[in-house]
Amino acid sequence: MSLLAEMNQKALDLGLPISVHLDVTYRCNERCVHCYLDHDDHGEMTTAEIIDVLEQLADAGVFFLSLSGGEVLMRRDFFEIVERARQLLFNVKVKTNGVMIGEKEAARLRQLGVEQVQISVYSHRPEVHDAITKLPGSLKRTIRAIRFLKSQGLKVTLANVLMTGNFSDQPGVIALAKELGVAYTLDPTITPKMDGDRSILALRIPGSELKQVFRNQELVGNVEEFCAPPPAPDEDVMDEFPCSAGHTACYISPYGDVFPCVQFPLPSGNVRQQKFLDIWNHSPQLNEVRSIHARDLPTCSTCSHVGTCTRCPGLAYMEGNMRGPSTADCEKSFQRTGIPSANMLARSRAVSAGPLIQIQPLANPLQNQLLAGDDSLLTA
Amino acid sequence: MAEKYIARSKAIAARMLGGEMMVMSAVDSTFFTLNEVASTIWRAADGRTPLSEIVAGKVCQEFDVDQEQAQRGADRFVNELSQHGILLVSDHPLIDSSPSAERP
Repeated sequence: MSLLAEMNQKALDLGLPISVHLDVTYRCNERCVHCYLDHDDHGEMTTAEIIDVLEQLADAGVFFLSLSGGEVLMRRDFFEIVERARQLLFNVKVKTNGVMIGEKEAARLRQLGVEQVQISVYSHRPEVHDAITKLPGSLKRTIRAIRFLKSQGLKVTLANVLMTGNFSDQPGVIALAKELGVAYTLDPTITPKMDGDRSILALRIPGSELKQVFRNQELVGNVEEFCAPPPAPDEDVMDEFPCSAGHTACYISPYGDVFPCVQFPLPSGNVRQQKFLDIWNHSPQLNEVRSIHARDLPTCSTCSHVGTCTRCPGLAYMEGNMRGPSTADCEKSFQRTGIPSANMLARSRAVSAGPLIQIQPLANPLQNQLLAGDDSLLTA
Repeated sequence: MAEKYIARSKAIAARMLGGEMMVMSAVDSTFFTLNEVASTIWRAADGRTPLSEIVAGKVCQEFDVDQEQAQRGADRFVNELSQHGILLVSDHPLIDSSPSAERP
């Protein structure tokens, strides 16, 4: 176990929040087609309120602090916030689109001791990237920002959200990251909007493309190992928690609302009304999240993927049940290993037990077999 | 032998977790955890107090350890952390080098 993993385990044992993601604003200068946020300002925390929250987080033992948005630099007081965060000795990671970062801003981030900057890039081609951000010239400005940050010696990670409109550009983005000398990370997850609107899920890449991603050695390392069938789950697996959300990590919105995670919109308190530690220690919602072990998941506990699935309880919550499956993660497990999840099998049985006469659109043979509940080919 | 003065770098993140100090360099992301003795030296690294005084006045007092042995351990600790830029070391006092408003 690495030293960081040991510290995470220790925080879990002690019930301490080691990581917090704080969105300082939802305002943004880009209008990305896949974004889940409403970009109007509904009453963001003031500078003083945010600094008070930072002091509370430091007292609570938080070590990793991600500052994100919206676009963080839409706040005129952003550097004041970072400065105080660094005085309080947080490990600070900044997520930005980079459009407003010039030489001066890059130097300031370096001077303040920000550990890492993550920048969203959707394509190496301006016509694709700018069509996603809906901000003409954004790719050019983002790349310029990356160069400034690199010249300051800052650690930069290029974050590539994959969707239908940019999937084929992924090798180009990897090449761009190499050329710029920065790390690359991809995320194929598109989440519903915070208001529950699920229309943007249509941008999710289809399973066949997900499968290609999982078989790219450059991205996953040892493909055979990464795509191996899951080992039989043991008792330890059934006692595990789904992820760090609410256990050692949480999310705070620009309005002070506390959630288990940015991707888990279960309102758990507000730092404008309560002290952070009161929320962390006593929120019924967070305590409910913490009470859920793998064995408590009605469908997933019966699934062969239970020990290896990346099941997101937040996505499950957005599907209606935080103890239920997250179908996006079922799809990932299936595309990775070729073995359908318990949820997929249950749904296919429900379909096959439907009306006697059905009319379905023509699908590919594998899909037809899955719908019919015969998974022999898929598990071969 | 010349006195050593030590100060915590500003380019670090640090926090106490269950009696251990977590320290990470913002320069190269090196991560350390410090035990109680190392945490004591860390907290006393104000740039003004000589290391020998920290060892005699803090480490030996608080942990009932032989001064020579404690000094050797402290020298090794300071050497390792200074290589990662986490501790600054000088043969003269370091003014205004430690973070001013920490709450580790």
